[in-house]
Parts: sequence; structure tokens; C-alpha cells
Amino acid sequence: MSEAAIRRADVCAVALAEIFRGDGEILANPIGTTPMVGGRLARATFEPELMMTDSEATLIADDVAYGWGDDKVVETWNPYRRMFDLLWGGRRHVVMTPVQIDPFGNMNFAAIGGTPDQPKVQLLGFRGGPGNTISHTTSYWVPRHTSKTFVETVDVVCGVGYDRAGALNPASARFHEIRRVITDLCVLDFATDDHRMRLASVHPGVTVGDVVEATGFELALPDQVPVTRLPTDDEIGLLHEVIDPEGRRFVEVADA
Amino acid sequence: MADKRCTPDEAVARLQSGMTIGIGGWGARRKPMSLIRAILRSDLDDLTIASFGGPDVGILCAAGKVAKVIFAFVSLDAIPLEPHFRAARQGGAVAAEEYDEGQFLLALQAAAWRIPFLPTRVGLGSDVMAHNARLATVTSPFAGPDGAPPEELIAVPALELDAALVHYNVGDARGNAAFTGPDQYFDDLMLEAAPTGGRIVSVERIVATEGLRSAAGCEHRLRVNRMMVDAVVEAPNGAHPTSCDPDYATDDEAIAAYAAAAKSPEAWQAYRDEWLALADEATYQAKVHEETER
Repeated sequence: MSEAAIRRADVCAVALAEIFRGDGEILANPIGTTPMVGGRLARATFEPELMMTDSEATLIADDVAYGWGDDKVVETWNPYRRMFDLLWGGRRHVVMTPVQIDPFGNMNFAAIGGTPDQPKVQLLGFRGGPGNTISHTTSYWVPRHTSKTFVETVDVVCGVGYDRAGALNPASARFHEIRRVITDLCVLDFATDDHRMRLASVHPGVTVGDVVEATGFELALPDQVPVTRLPTDDEIGLLHEVIDPEGRRFVEVADA
Repeated sequence: MADKRCTPDEAVARLQSGMTIGIGGWGARRKPMSLIRAILRSDLDDLTIASFGGPDVGILCAAGKVAKVIFAFVSLDAIPLEPHFRAARQGGAVAAEEYDEGQFLLALQAAAWRIPFLPTRVGLGSDVMAHNARLATVTSPFAGPDGAPPEELIAVPALELDAALVHYNVGDARGNAAFTGPDQYFDDLMLEAAPTGGRIVSVERIVATEGLRSAAGCEHRLRVNRMMVDAVVEAPNGAHPTSCDPDYATDDEAIAAYAAAAKSPEAWQAYRDEWLALADEATYQAKVHEETER
């Protein structure tokens, strides 16, 4: 595939699929438009044992990422209460979208500024952040990589990062893993000695300088930063024809 | 056999100012809105509301009925952040007791089982302890794996309610009820976490007990029984504007109009005059019907 024809949303979908490689028979639970597309791409290609939700109360086998009707292929009933059995049992890899994230992967989507009694900006609340991050693998998706999201210190720690997990009894932290952070610019991971966030790859057309400028803290930078894996022709075909025929990923992720 | 049927206003007369009230449903789904509207017509205030929150929380905050909200999130689903709740929080008008949503489940379960707390790892390393003074830690009496030191866990205290309000699809006059949609959320736990006298169930339709299993479609859906219920309200379309799957979907237009009323005190007053200053639930439903026909 020629560089010119590559669309940024397809690169992001493939990077989001790659986070599930090797996960096997667990619940892949990517939340959001492009994460749902990426998770379904992983299952349709290299990770066929994954289970996935319909964003409601069932796990379904369908490859399309949205708009399921009564003919959806239901594998099991998974109401909200059952989700806690699943996540505390550890058979889940979730993808959430932070409002703020820091160098060690601490994540906030609860509130900005002010105090616990009177936040300056009330956001969602803690939701499932504390439980997800202490119980099983977590990745993050940031559709617009900016220094407002990538900050030195988050205002409220909803999702637990590596420094906080490292301060716990190792037995309590043994299920904690922040695998990767995928953004519209790059792939980030924590594969450093002190688990500081590292630039793992840049998407085609993005420079290391672009990422550094859009990040509000110091990233670990390898000597050579590779380019994110490009979609194969088969993957492009699946994305267009089966998984996201309406092209919703292009609405979320603009081309450069 | 006791007949527990009553009107929304009669049911809400069981409540008192200052109570801690659990509200069922989830986000903008299957909220007991006919009972919420009855609270808005009452002189109740200074309430503590525990909810997997949606417009139930926002509308009570906007009406000045709430002193404290116990929550893990408050959302209108299609509109991710609840504007009336945000305004109340950012204005310092309501206090908060925040949980992870799994902790919230454990708090209700502990109350239902009448034990002081349930232990969990959920919350370790996060800031939730700083946002909830009731959470504590407890050391496991057992060694960790492979001889590691015992784990220190979060102790989630029982969330004892004074009353619970939930909405189901179908029930009988005795207080047995079923959900026929995909998920009952945490509604049965809300009822079990509340004491006798304060447990109120509204339903889309009341049927004879002999017809209950058939109306539910399957006995697995009969998740609420009369030991858990003190008052039954027949409230067709009673979850409006939230959804009550499979009976009806969310009324997106009505939710949008409600959300828009958070823009200014004048907008809220106009919304309140039009939709909440009505004599009773029947008048509200007649107006909803009129708007739909338009």
C-alpha cells in the first residue's frame, strides 16, 4: 500500500487492534468509536478467541462494530452486575479515554480543579477507573493528542498509574498493567526501567518533534523511533467492508 | 393478602426530609421518574441521593431538593455529562460521596447482607479515598500469595438506605415484580439495602399474580418479590423521559429539552413551569402524549 493512500484512522485502528495481541479468550472491552473498530479488527484477524460486547447486556460474535439488530449473534448474557464478576476475576482488557494522563499512566476523567467538595469542572466521576486498573489490563485511547491531556500531574487519580501501583504491597498490585496508550499521533508504552511513558512508534507523517510538542511532560525517547505498523490490504478490506462500513473512524480521527 | 397499590404521591408521602434515598436504573435507563416527579411536587428537601446517576439526580439537584449525592458517575448517556448535576457541584450546592461503581455495588450488597463492610482491592492507589471519607482500609487476616505479607484492602462500608425507589416493567398488587428488558442493573440491591416501610416499586403495568409469570415471559425475570416491597405504583410510561426497554426507548427530544434548561435560571424556571408544576402524574403523561401527537 502506498504511503499517500494511508489514512490516519486506519493506522489508529490497527494500533488499537495490536494492543489485544496475545490476550486469548478474555473480554476485549474497548470503549469508544475507533477502539471498538480496532478490537473487532483484532478478533477478525489475529486474535479470534476474544469476546466483545454490544455496549449493552450481551457479548456478541458480530464483526461489525455498531448498529446491531435483532439478528446479532449473542454468545452470552453479560448485564452490568456480571461485569464486576468478570473484571474482578481478571478476564478483561479495557480501553478508556482519559481527560488527563500523566507520565506514569495515572488517569483522570472525574473532575478538573477546585476541591472534592466543589470542583471547578465536574466531569463523569470515578466511574470504573479504580477497579479496572487494579484488577486487569488497561489501555488508553486519546483521539486528539495535546498537552491539555498529557499533563505532568492529573487533578484526580481515577485510573492507577505505575508509580502509585509500585507503592502498594506487590500482592495487591499484581494484576495492574497499563499496556499502551494509542493517540492520533503515536503509540506510547511504559517499557522503561521506571515505567515512565515511552514513545514506542509514530504514525506515518508524524515526527518525534510533533509528539514532544503535543505532550506536557518529558517522554522517554528511544534513539530510533519506528513508524507504527501500516494496515495490510486484508485489514483495509475488513475495515471498509465489514467492521466500519459507514467510516465512523474517519469522523473521530482526521487525516493529517 | 396485602394490596400495596397506591399513587405516586401516596408512595412519596412515606418519605421524610433528610432521608438517604436509593434510586434504581442506570444513567438515562429505567429511572423511576413518576416517583421523582412526585418528590418534586412535595415539600421534601435536604435529601441524600444514592444513584447510578442520570436525570433523576440532575432534576432533584436543580429543584434544590438535594444536600448530598452518593455516586460513581452521573450521565444522560447520549449527553455524557449531566448539566444540572454539574451546575450544582460546581456551584458548591451539593456535597458528594464518591465511589468507583464496583465499590458502590459492594456498599449496597453489604447493607443488604447486614454486614459492616466488604473488602476489595478497588480503590487502592487511586484518589477515591480522598473523595469519600467513609472508605477505610483493613488488613487481611491471611498471608499473601507465596508467603507475601497480608494485603491491605479497602473496606467499603454498608450503604444503609432509608428508602429505595425503582421502576420495573411488570408487577402485581402484592409487590412481586419483573424486568423484561436486558438488564435489571442494581435495583433489587437498592430494595434490599432499604428498611421495611421505605421500599417503593413503580411498574409499567400491574397484572394478577396468576398472570405474572406469563407477563414476565420467564420466571428468571421475577427478581423482585413482595418481601422486598412496601408500596406498588402503577405508572405507565413512568420512566419517561428515560428508557424502559422493551416497552419504550429514551425520549431524546425530551432529554435534550431538559438538558437545555440548565443554561440559565430563566430557562430552568420556564422548564419547571411547563413540565413540573403540574397537578399530578396523569397530567404530566397527558402533556407528554399531546407533545408526541404534535
